[in-house]
Amino acid sequence: MNPQLLQDLSRFYPELAVTFTLLLVVTVDISLTRGRRAATFLVTALGLLAAFALSVPLFWAPAGTLFYGMVAVDRMAVFFKGFLVLSSFLVLLAAPGSRELSERQLGEFYALLLGATLGMMLLASSVDLLMVFLSLEMVSVCSYIMVGYLRNDRQSNEAALKYYLFGAVSTGAMLYGITLLFGLTGTTKMALIRDMLAQGAAAGDNSLLLLVSAALILAGFGFKTAAVPFHFWCPDVYSGAPTPVTAFLSVAPKAAGFAALVRFFFTGMSETRGLFLQWSTFSPLNWTLLILILSIITMTLGNIAALRQDNMKRMLAYSSIAHAGYILMGVVVLNGEGIQAILIYLITYLFMNLGAFLVVIEVYNRTGSFDLKDYRGLWRRSPFLTVSMAIFMLSLMGIPPFAGFFGKLFVFAAAVNRNLAWFAVIGALNSVVAVYYYARVIKTMIIESGEDESLISVPLASQALVWVMMIPTVGLVVVWEQIQKLTSQSLRLFLGA
Amino acid sequence: MIGLGHYLVISAVLFSLGIMAVLTRKNAVNVLMGIELILNAANLNLVAFSKFTAGNLNGQIFAVFVIVIAAAEAAVALAIVLSMYRLLRSVDLDRADTLKG
Repeated sequence: MNPQLLQDLSRFYPELAVTFTLLLVVTVDISLTRGRRAATFLVTALGLLAAFALSVPLFWAPAGTLFYGMVAVDRMAVFFKGFLVLSSFLVLLAAPGSRELSERQLGEFYALLLGATLGMMLLASSVDLLMVFLSLEMVSVCSYIMVGYLRNDRQSNEAALKYYLFGAVSTGAMLYGITLLFGLTGTTKMALIRDMLAQGAAAGDNSLLLLVSAALILAGFGFKTAAVPFHFWCPDVYSGAPTPVTAFLSVAPKAAGFAALVRFFFTGMSETRGLFLQWSTFSPLNWTLLILILSIITMTLGNIAALRQDNMKRMLAYSSIAHAGYILMGVVVLNGEGIQAILIYLITYLFMNLGAFLVVIEVYNRTGSFDLKDYRGLWRRSPFLTVSMAIFMLSLMGIPPFAGFFGKLFVFAAAVNRNLAWFAVIGALNSVVAVYYYARVIKTMIIESGEDESLISVPLASQALVWVMMIPTVGLVVVWEQIQKLTSQSLRLFLGA
Repeated sequence: MIGLGHYLVISAVLFSLGIMAVLTRKNAVNVLMGIELILNAANLNLVAFSKFTAGNLNGQIFAVFVIVIAAAEAAVALAIVLSMYRLLRSVDLDRADTLKG
């Protein structure tokens, strides 16, 4: 065996840990007869923790590529590995407490969650388009099954079907775009694609082909990040899927999609001109304009559609589309500040969005409903859930001092510093629109009164989990310097071949 | 002499037919066929580019991976469609209409 490959394996420990855990969970699930539930949960939790612990030292490892230039190990990749493992871990903790899932065997669910996690970790670090496609499909296939996990539930099945159809077409289109790019440049490695484009591989007549292929590839990333016009699956899938899966889809694959999008467009489609963390596009393809338009449409459509939703899961689906629009702003500015804003936004989004879904799970466990009207009078039934939901909603709005405010602040600031003040204004106007539907939830919970006034008792474990989300949402401002330091240190993209 | 252009035209036609099938067909299995067409259009592109312009085997290796992925996707898709049939006694996509709003 090539000694280089063995050496590469030593920088691949987090992925190996997840793979090993995946196999172990399947084995434990089929070999134990009693105590399966606890055993599979424990194995998955420990495996994810191990993967997190193993990714930490890689942060200071030398940057480079592994396995003949397929995946990169750089700070950005390691940041996302930690982020994705953490979000999978939080979803894992939420899964057994949900009534929708807890009536079923969960061993396979954990295995699928681990499979999706592995795919996302690879997606966030792949520097070869073959690897991008493979890992994207790995995430997608695992999530299709997770969405349809409630086999006898009509809505869950329908959501899985819709998710599959949109996913397969988007990734198919992306694949077609990749083949065109391969035809133009003769390579699938992002760094070499950039070099070929710099040498004029897409000059003249070929520039249209480059535009088409970039737009098609964007379809795949747009699907993963739920950006307009690839968002149609989002509300239906979010409302049909089991809620822990919805929570997972709204955070983790979205973040992995953004990681891959940034890596592809910054490594393959733009060049650095001397200055550190400054990029510029190639003359035949001004893709930032494309993403700028997408970003504006995404946030506007997401926010406006969310206004008239009466189902919490659908409302949060459109809200997550709108947030994808804000995050895309960080891509458009095309510099280190923009990427840092994306990372900060994702950190804040992880806690506030998962937190909101946790409360939705708890309310459903008791009322069996996702309708906003069943949140009436929640204040009298469970002050704890009401206060925590209000905090998550205020944070999603972007009200200081909650975490969401800082995410928005950095994204808007990045746009202003790049002379795109009007763009930041559009973002700010959108946030104003968003206040309406988030505040409506708070109003429904506190001011309106419902018929059912029985108390909702929240199990201790779920309460603890809500606290785990709420403390960072409220207290992120305390550790702000560390967050800034972490994200600014994570801005190392390995741009070589 | 058959050149690169011929392959690209065929593949573009296949791709368009695939998209057409996905957009217009009501039967879930037909839609799955359309998706297969899209993936195979990409395969044809990969192999043709690999032979005519890139001058290396990367494209053909890529195509092999795509075939594997297509099989995995089809397996999952058929499982979902099968479970839809069990629930609704139909594979008509218009009947999957409970999620709206």
